[in-house]
Amino acid sequence: MSAARFAIGIDLGTTHCVIAAVDLQASDLDEVVDWIEAIPQLTAPGAVEERSLLPSFLYLPHPDELRPEDRTLPWGEQPPFVVGELARSMGGRTPIRLVASAKSWLCHPGVDRRAAILPAEAPEEVQRVSPLQASMHYLEHLRTAWNQRHPDAPLAEQDVVLTVPASFDPAARELTAEAAAAVGLSNRLVLLEEPQAALYHWILSTRGEWRKQVRVGDIILVIDLGGGTTDFSLIAVTERDGSLELVRVAVGDHILLGGDNMDLALAHTVRAKLAEQGTQLDPWQLQGLTHGCRSAKEILLSDASVEAVPVVVPSRGSRLIGGTLRTELTRDEVARTLIEGFFPIVTASARPAARARAALTKLGLPYAQDAAMSRHLAAFLGRQVEATRDLAGFGNRLPENASFLHPTAILFNGGVFKAQALLDRTLELLNGWLAAEGAPAARLLEGADLDLAVARGAAYYGYVRQGRGVRIRGGTAKSYYVGVESAMPAVPGMEPPIQGLCIAPFGMEEGTQAELPPQEVGLVVGEPVRFRFFGSSVRRVDQVGTVLEQWVPEELEELEEIEANLPAEDRQPGEVVPVRLHAAVTEVGTLRLEAVSRTGTETWKVEFDVRGDR
Amino acid sequence: MNASQPNVLSRLMLALRAAWRMLIDQEFADGVSQLERDEFTPRAPSSTGQPKPGLRDTLPDSALQLLALLQQEGRFVDFLEENVTAYSDAEIGGAARVVHEGCSKVIRDHLQIASVRDEAEGARLTLPAGFDATAVRLTGNVVGQPPFTGTLMHRGWRVIEIKLPKLAEGHDVRVLAPAEVEL
Repeated sequence: MSAARFAIGIDLGTTHCVIAAVDLQASDLDEVVDWIEAIPQLTAPGAVEERSLLPSFLYLPHPDELRPEDRTLPWGEQPPFVVGELARSMGGRTPIRLVASAKSWLCHPGVDRRAAILPAEAPEEVQRVSPLQASMHYLEHLRTAWNQRHPDAPLAEQDVVLTVPASFDPAARELTAEAAAAVGLSNRLVLLEEPQAALYHWILSTRGEWRKQVRVGDIILVIDLGGGTTDFSLIAVTERDGSLELVRVAVGDHILLGGDNMDLALAHTVRAKLAEQGTQLDPWQLQGLTHGCRSAKEILLSDASVEAVPVVVPSRGSRLIGGTLRTELTRDEVARTLIEGFFPIVTASARPAARARAALTKLGLPYAQDAAMSRHLAAFLGRQVEATRDLAGFGNRLPENASFLHPTAILFNGGVFKAQALLDRTLELLNGWLAAEGAPAARLLEGADLDLAVARGAAYYGYVRQGRGVRIRGGTAKSYYVGVESAMPAVPGMEPPIQGLCIAPFGMEEGTQAELPPQEVGLVVGEPVRFRFFGSSVRRVDQVGTVLEQWVPEELEELEEIEANLPAEDRQPGEVVPVRLHAAVTEVGTLRLEAVSRTGTETWKVEFDVRGDR
Repeated sequence: MNASQPNVLSRLMLALRAAWRMLIDQEFADGVSQLERDEFTPRAPSSTGQPKPGLRDTLPDSALQLLALLQQEGRFVDFLEENVTAYSDAEIGGAARVVHEGCSKVIRDHLQIASVRDEAEGARLTLPAGFDATAVRLTGNVVGQPPFTGTLMHRGWRVIEIKLPKLAEGHDVRVLAPAEVEL
């Protein structure tokens, strides 16, 4: 394979996609030639414009809704669906045909992600798509747009870095890689966690000065608050052979809560105010109100001298003046709804309200039940209090009685933090916790480009992978276990107790293999055998073969089951074959499980069950 | 016979008129003489070399496209088409926010606009000979020869770059906003 000319970063976001590039030939050390690639897309029927963001929306029009020529893309295709800005605006008027948040569905353990289930609310006659297909459509659009602009350097032949939330489970990572492979991007693909991409962007933006802004012993907290999800990561600054190194030591849970929820919450506050005055809004107007609240919020949260910002909801009909509703958003309302609602000052021991398991049975996205970002953050830092214990140079950094891990620096990412007041509040919250335990305040790492940082950081990662800059180490952020039944006499009416057998230790790097565990499990020839599967973000020392007799619920999180299929071939169906389960992390960055026969000569792939029928 | 071709009688009348005119008009006679020898070339326009200054029609497509964008984002046409006399200033002000926000977004996104002159309005400035009269308009006591010295009343605006959406073949730009029918 010839050397790639560009490193490409693709942020396949919940609400929008961005593609960035680094010219590998023109860049030298800290002098990086990079840019955001403009994405041509339909912005109105029959009109194509270039934008830096591709809204991650897919619209499935009625055959009579758009003429084929009104769907013409710059590369001459007229696909029967619409992606991007036009999809979002058409979907605002006809939500039953709109696929949104496909990425959140991709990691929704309650549904079959290869089944055509979206839009969830669509009537019978709409040809639905699967969460996987929707992601493929976005990637396909990005690929074709790139190839049209760079016919000599097709995307499939470049070093492509695709970002995923740090909290994505192995199944969701594999589905993302599968979507990329389906559009031909598997040759040189790697996955990168979004908070890491944000930190890479920060490193890029300091142009080599980052080494002066951090020191050994620093623990950087990255808060990535996207449109639909929130992601936390902790990255420690260590030293090896005299130069600084970055190690990602922990990632948070998948929290389905983002900037869009905040704008919607504000819109509902204002709607309630209008309703008190006797004005009811229809869904179309609520959308206009949400849009108005978003801009009003940004003004109120960046300019402390403004007390209220007028918000107008345009009429739907052509009578603009007569039909427009006029109201205002006050500083007090924003403070109450957003700052107190999403970023309340709580103690470091606060924990989010637990989600009832039953909620997963409903067909809908499992949004976070507790809107308070503060409590999610407290839970994350509390759970990870031990994260740096075994890291060289960090042994005595935390006081004995520390109840949570003490970050020393903080990096924000995501459009929400354009509102300075939210950024200040988060710092105030964290520094309050730190002060309570006698620790110095965390300092802010100044980033820029809150919307575009992930894609740019990802492209830069493609560049540093060639050995031309510092890399964040860390490997997998979890250790993994399969559930095996313990050999205890069965008690009537009770499930047999289950043990966790570690098959993949914490921190496996890309392209490495775990050892074979000594324990064997039995596979039944000719029928699928399923195992319960667990991950732990806190058990850092378990080695392959470690058996957990019992654990506390916070320690091990149950993931989707894994399934092995042993084809009959030259065996008797029903025969039980002893195998050992073998884990590896692929070059792409996905977890790969295999069943290995006793002789070691035969292997069978073990699949993540993404059918959601557990 | 084709109606536009003269018949025998009218050809006779033409011959008589032409004969008379040849007698009194030397230039006409020379022209007929050339024509008769098959050497006729149509006369070039009077003043030689310089083409006649002309006016051209502009194509309406981009204008309609911009108007459609202003309507789509800023409800511009709705606003102008409404009778403002019937409403209070507060009501008009509310709608004006929609128009202002949307239209300025369209202008920002599609046009890069800069002022023609960088000086502050009210400043004195001197225009050398050969200044661009399209970009700077002289007003008031316009007499004498350049350089001209005067006061900048308006800085002027100039489009540095314009980027309108590409349109599909056969797209009807005259539809500024489609009618909406909710089912």
